[in-house]
Amino acid sequence: MPPDNDRLARRDVLRAGLSLGAQLGLGAGLKAQNNRAATRPQKGDLLVKTGDATATPLTPADIRLAGRQVMAWAMDPVDKTVRSGSRLNRILLVRPDPAKLSAATKAQSAEGVIAYSAICTHAGCEVTEWVPDGQKLFCPCHESTFDPADGAKVIDGPATRLLPALPLDVSDGKLIVREPFTSPITFETQ
Amino acid sequence: MKSSLNTVLAWAIVPVIAATAQAPVPLVLQNYKGVTSERLAKPEDGDWLMIRRTWDGWGYSPLEKITPANVTRLQPAWIFSTGVSSGHESAPLVNNGVMFVSTPGNQVIALDAKTGTLLWRYRRPLAADVVLMHPTSRGVALYGDKVFFASADAVLVALDAKTGKEVWTSKVAVNKDGYYISLAPLVAGGKVMIGTSGGEWGIRGFVAAFDPETGRELWRTFTIPAPGEPGSETWPKGDQWKTGGGPIWVTGNYDPEANLAYWGVGNGGPWIGDQRPGDNLYTASTIAIDVSTGKIKGFHQYHPNDSWDWDEVSPPLLIDYKRQGRTIKGLIDVARDGYLWFLERTDGQINFVEGTPFVKQNVFTRLDPKTGRPDIDPAHKPQTGKTTSFCPSLWGGKNWPPAAFSPKTRMIYIPANENLCATSTGREADYEPGQIYMGAQSSMTVAPGADHIGEVQAWNVDTGKRVWTHSYAESMNWGPVLATAGGLVFSGGTNDRKFHAFDASTGKLLWEFPTNSGILGQPVSFMMDGRQYIAVESGWGVDSRSLQANLNRLFPGKYPEIPEGGAIWVFELK
Repeated sequence: MPPDNDRLARRDVLRAGLSLGAQLGLGAGLKAQNNRAATRPQKGDLLVKTGDATATPLTPADIRLAGRQVMAWAMDPVDKTVRSGSRLNRILLVRPDPAKLSAATKAQSAEGVIAYSAICTHAGCEVTEWVPDGQKLFCPCHESTFDPADGAKVIDGPATRLLPALPLDVSDGKLIVREPFTSPITFETQ
Repeated sequence: MKSSLNTVLAWAIVPVIAATAQAPVPLVLQNYKGVTSERLAKPEDGDWLMIRRTWDGWGYSPLEKITPANVTRLQPAWIFSTGVSSGHESAPLVNNGVMFVSTPGNQVIALDAKTGTLLWRYRRPLAADVVLMHPTSRGVALYGDKVFFASADAVLVALDAKTGKEVWTSKVAVNKDGYYISLAPLVAGGKVMIGTSGGEWGIRGFVAAFDPETGRELWRTFTIPAPGEPGSETWPKGDQWKTGGGPIWVTGNYDPEANLAYWGVGNGGPWIGDQRPGDNLYTASTIAIDVSTGKIKGFHQYHPNDSWDWDEVSPPLLIDYKRQGRTIKGLIDVARDGYLWFLERTDGQINFVEGTPFVKQNVFTRLDPKTGRPDIDPAHKPQTGKTTSFCPSLWGGKNWPPAAFSPKTRMIYIPANENLCATSTGREADYEPGQIYMGAQSSMTVAPGADHIGEVQAWNVDTGKRVWTHSYAESMNWGPVLATAGGLVFSGGTNDRKFHAFDASTGKLLWEFPTNSGILGQPVSFMMDGRQYIAVESGWGVDSRSLQANLNRLFPGKYPEIPEGGAIWVFELK
C-alpha cells in the first residue's frame, strides 16, 4: 500500500479506536492529551529541538551566537507533552549579536536567546532559512526576510506583519516560556 | 451507458423535486444543461465548459464577433466582486448561460452569465493551520449536473450545479503532511482526475481518478516510482522516493483518441539535485496516463535531476504541426526551463522532435538530437553548500499561466518572462513531516542590460519560428492567454492592472482596460443571445505579488504594491 493510504488507514484505525474508546468512556484522556499537544506554548513550558526523540530541554548554550535558527517545540514541563500537535506551534530560536538587539527585543530575550513563531505571516511557510550576512531570518517560499534583533520586523519580501515573539526566561539553566506568543499565529490565507 | 441514462433521468426529475421541496431555483438553473462527455469533446461555440475550453488545452474560442476592427468598443458588461483577495487564477466556466468560477478562500460562485446576478455561493472553511503555500484556485470542472472543486486542503468536492450544495467530498491526501491543491480537476473518460501540490514539503506526488457519481477513488498513480516500478532506478539512494516531490500544479490535457491524459510533473524534493542522485523520474516531466487504468504509458523528462525548481507546471498543448512536409501528431510544451519543446504523441510513448530556448537560458549546453536530453553546464547547476546563478530564474521562462493556440493563425501565444535570472544557495535539508523540505535559499536577479521582463510571444507551430513579441517595459507577465477566431489574443498579467487585446497575426496592441487589480485569471469567451463576451478574473497575489516585491528591492520605488481584491469582469462590444 502506498504510504499516503497507509497514513490514511492508520488515521482511520486511530479514529475508530478513539470512537470505540469514547463509547467505553476511555476517550476523554486521549482527547485531552491531543488538545495539550495542539495548545500554543504556555508559560513555564520547556523547549525542545524538533525531531529530538529524547526531548531534551534546550539551554541557552544550545543556541549558537549569530548562528542559524534552531527549530523547536514547547514541552509541558510536568507531563512532557511536546506541543507538536499544531504546526502553528513551531518556534524558532536565535541568539543575535547582543549589540544589535533593540530594547524591546532584549526585554523578551533570556541570556541573549530570543524565540519567535516559525510560521511566516505571509503564506504560512516555516521560516527555516538564515542569511548569515546581516543575521536575518529568511522564508524560502517567497523570500520574506525578518530582523530577529529587532522584533522580527519585516525587512523585505511580501510579508507585511512581523513574526510573533515568545518571551523567554531561564530556569535551572533551561530555556522556558515566560509568556505566550505576543500575537495570534495567523497568515494571509486565513 | 447505464449511468448516463440514469443521469439523464435524474436531470428530468430534479427540477420537479426542487420546485416542491426547496426555495425556487432561478430559471437559468432550472434549465441547467447537463454536461456530457460528448459536450466536453465538442462544446457548443458559445460555451466554455472546462478551464482551457477543450481537452487539447488550446484556450481558444471559435467566436468571431469581436475582431481587431471593433475591439476598441469593448466595455464592461458587468463586474462582480468576489469578496476575497489573493491571486485570482481561475477560468470562469460558462454552460448555457450559467457561469461557475472559483476564487481564493476556497470559494465557488455561480452567476447568471448575462447579468452577473449571484445564483449561489459555496465556501469551505480551511483549518487555521492549513498548509497552503499558494492560496488560489485555478478553476472548477463540470460533468453531469455537478461542479467539481478541489479544496485547497486536498479534498475533492462535488457540488450540485443547481444549488451549490455538497453532493460528496473525497479526501485526496493529508494536508498536514504538505499536500495542498490549487488546480482544477480534469474530467475525461468519465472520471474526475486530480493531483496535488506540495513539492516543497517532501510529498510523493500523484495523479488520482475518482468516480464522478460517488467520489470513490478509482486509481492513484504516483509520479515518483516505488522500488521495482519502472523508473525506480532513477532514485538509487535509499528511501528518497518517499519524499521525492513530483507535485502536480496544473490540470492535465487529454487525447480522447488514445484515452491518454498528459500531466506536467513538478520539482524533486529537496530542491538541490546533488542531495538526491539520479535522474529522478518523473520530476520535471510530462507523463501520459491511461485514463482507464492509471498506468503511465509514456513520458518525457525535460531535464534530469532538477536543481532549479523548474517544475514542469503546465501540461503540453495537443497540437498537430508540420515538419519537413510531414504532419506530426504533436505535443507542444512551453517549459519553465526556458525551452519550447516540440514533441510527438503516440498511443503511449512520447517522442522528442526539437527544443529551442524562448528566453535567455544558460544551463543547457546542447540537446541530444534523438532524445532531447540536455547536457548541463555544471557552473550553472545549483549545489549544496554553494551559491550558483542561472537563467531563467526559478520562476521560469513561463510559469503556470497557460499559453494559447489559434488554429487560424497556427500560432502559439506564450506569456513569458525574459531577462530574469536567479541565485540559489543549497544546504542539506532534513525531512520532517509537515515542514518545508527545500534546502535552498534563492533570490531573483535581472540580466545585465535588460530593458524589459514581461512578454507575449507568438510562435508559428509549423515553422518553429517566433513571429512576434510584445514586450512590457516595466512589468513581469503573469497573464494566462486566450486566443479567439476573431483574430485576437487577450491577456492580463501586468502590474498596471490592465487587460490587453492584441492582433493575433501581428501582435499589435489594440485595446487595454485597467481593472480593479492585476489580472492573473484565465480569460474566456462565451456567447449569449448572439452577443460575444470576454470574461476574466482580476485579483493580484501569490507569486506575482512576491516577485513584484523582489523587483522593488532591486529597483526601489519602481515596482510598488499592486491594489488587491478580486473581481470578475465581463466585457462586451458597446
